[in-house]
Amino acid sequence: MLSRDQVLHVARLARLELSEDEQERMSEELSKVLDHIERIAELGDLDDVPPTSHVIAVENALRADEPRPSLPAEVALASAPEADQGGFRVPSPGPAPA
Amino acid sequence: MSDALSLTAAAAAARVRAGDLDPAELWDGYRARAAADDHNAFTWVSDAGAATVDRDAPLGGVPVAVKDLFATQGVPSQAGSRILEGYRPPYTATAVERLTAAGAPLLAKTNQDEFAMGSSTENSAYGPTTNPWDPTRVPGGSSGGSAAAVAAGSAPWAIGTDTGGSIRQPAALCGIVGLKPTYGAVSRYGMIAFASSLDQAGPFTRDVTDAALLFGAMAGKDKCDSTSVGLPGPVELPRRTDLQGVRLGVPEELSGEGIEPGVLASFTATLDLARELGATVEPCKLPHAPHALSAYYLIAPAEASSNLARYDGVRYGFRADGARDLLHMYTETREQGFGAEVKRRIMLGTYALSSGYYDAYYGRAQKVRTLISRDFDTAWERFDFVVTPTAPSVAFALGAKTDDPLAMYLNDFCTVPMSLAGIPGISIPSGLSEGLPVGFQLAGPAFSENALLDAAHALEGAIGFDSAPWRTA
Repeated sequence: MLSRDQVLHVARLARLELSEDEQERMSEELSKVLDHIERIAELGDLDDVPPTSHVIAVENALRADEPRPSLPAEVALASAPEADQGGFRVPSPGPAPA
Repeated sequence: MSDALSLTAAAAAARVRAGDLDPAELWDGYRARAAADDHNAFTWVSDAGAATVDRDAPLGGVPVAVKDLFATQGVPSQAGSRILEGYRPPYTATAVERLTAAGAPLLAKTNQDEFAMGSSTENSAYGPTTNPWDPTRVPGGSSGGSAAAVAAGSAPWAIGTDTGGSIRQPAALCGIVGLKPTYGAVSRYGMIAFASSLDQAGPFTRDVTDAALLFGAMAGKDKCDSTSVGLPGPVELPRRTDLQGVRLGVPEELSGEGIEPGVLASFTATLDLARELGATVEPCKLPHAPHALSAYYLIAPAEASSNLARYDGVRYGFRADGARDLLHMYTETREQGFGAEVKRRIMLGTYALSSGYYDAYYGRAQKVRTLISRDFDTAWERFDFVVTPTAPSVAFALGAKTDDPLAMYLNDFCTVPMSLAGIPGISIPSGLSEGLPVGFQLAGPAFSENALLDAAHALEGAIGFDSAPWRTA
């Protein structure tokens, strides 16, 4: 069971602002899903099994470090909610911590 | 006019090449059908006139519909999400570029579950897509718009993406063909990411020949995606009409418990047809397959929680108004921009990766992924392909599973093992149950697409399914 405090902690990590309703629902729904997921504990000791992060054997892809054409700044900024002076404008981070 | 639109894409392309069909007729006809859109399958339809098409191009000017999450330059690409409201990418995905270059112009963008998270296309900022076989039911998902568009005859073919079943399951529920290629066969460049180690693009088509034609045009190594891999040889159009010497394995873990009786009956009847075509059909074991869903619902959300961290209201899409400060702008933008299922998966993934839980959840899931790959490797010692029902049920009613995430996730039961192993799988329609289509899945070793398409082609001929409800409607 995922407690309300755990839900709030994870939401903070994920930069999600959940409403009261959502916190409650999330706690119930995630607990139910985790109950199912936790059946992988039944597989016991997996110390000798290597993890798979990528399924196909691929070599690291290297290329010469040479300048190539890239998106012009104004194109990259065109989709921004608020572009200004060649950059992305954002709200102030707020007062510095004491 | 309607005559040309009832052709398969390969047949239409052949007619164009032979000079018997004007590609403008296909463009205008499909554009009119897509614009009518009875199933909310489309999020955008081109309003351009027919372009000049090179009649000798491999895809012959037959237009294609593309899932919303493929970046298309200057054309809305929101991955079904409010958080990408108004986003028109400055570039086009490699897969789409290749199709255009091969002679398939962009007809429309198709609806999907938000960020490809879902099995019903109900989690979309554009509203749900409905199933052309029965508009009170879901088309499956997440690529439900692409599946419904092809099943409704509003597009000759379409592309989508499959992370845990999002091509195969909607293809099954809509009575058409859907191919999830080997991981890496098609470039992911320009696909708005869900789970990067699993996402793979592939075709939705009226038959297996069309699937081979479209897949061949989109596949190949791409310098913009370092995880893309060149295929061992060209994709060939399937010719095979028998299954002599083909060994099919039926994993008992994926073909019994949890599968609807009508779906099982169609599956069993298809196995009989396979035997008549000369195949041997024997039980096989994928002992860790029952744990695939758990591993998948840890790995995919974990990757998603990382991939979706980029949506913060700074560079593109939606930004919430009235924030107190920068952090509040991030959290409010994400609260208002993401739908319920996306938030659920971000939470699940963040939890699985968080300090104190990483080893028990994400780390363990990656090990289970290894065990599942090994199960398939063992199966390939005795079998050419593994076959299962594609989905445990036929299309379900709209709203039936939206309040029960776990019930929704169980739709992917038969498709996630292949996704975790990175191997190709194809769903072909095998018949009807309660008047609704049933899908039959064949999966093979990595890069076995040519053999897989050949076997699917032979079975398709024997089944003789008519994948066009609109023709009789």
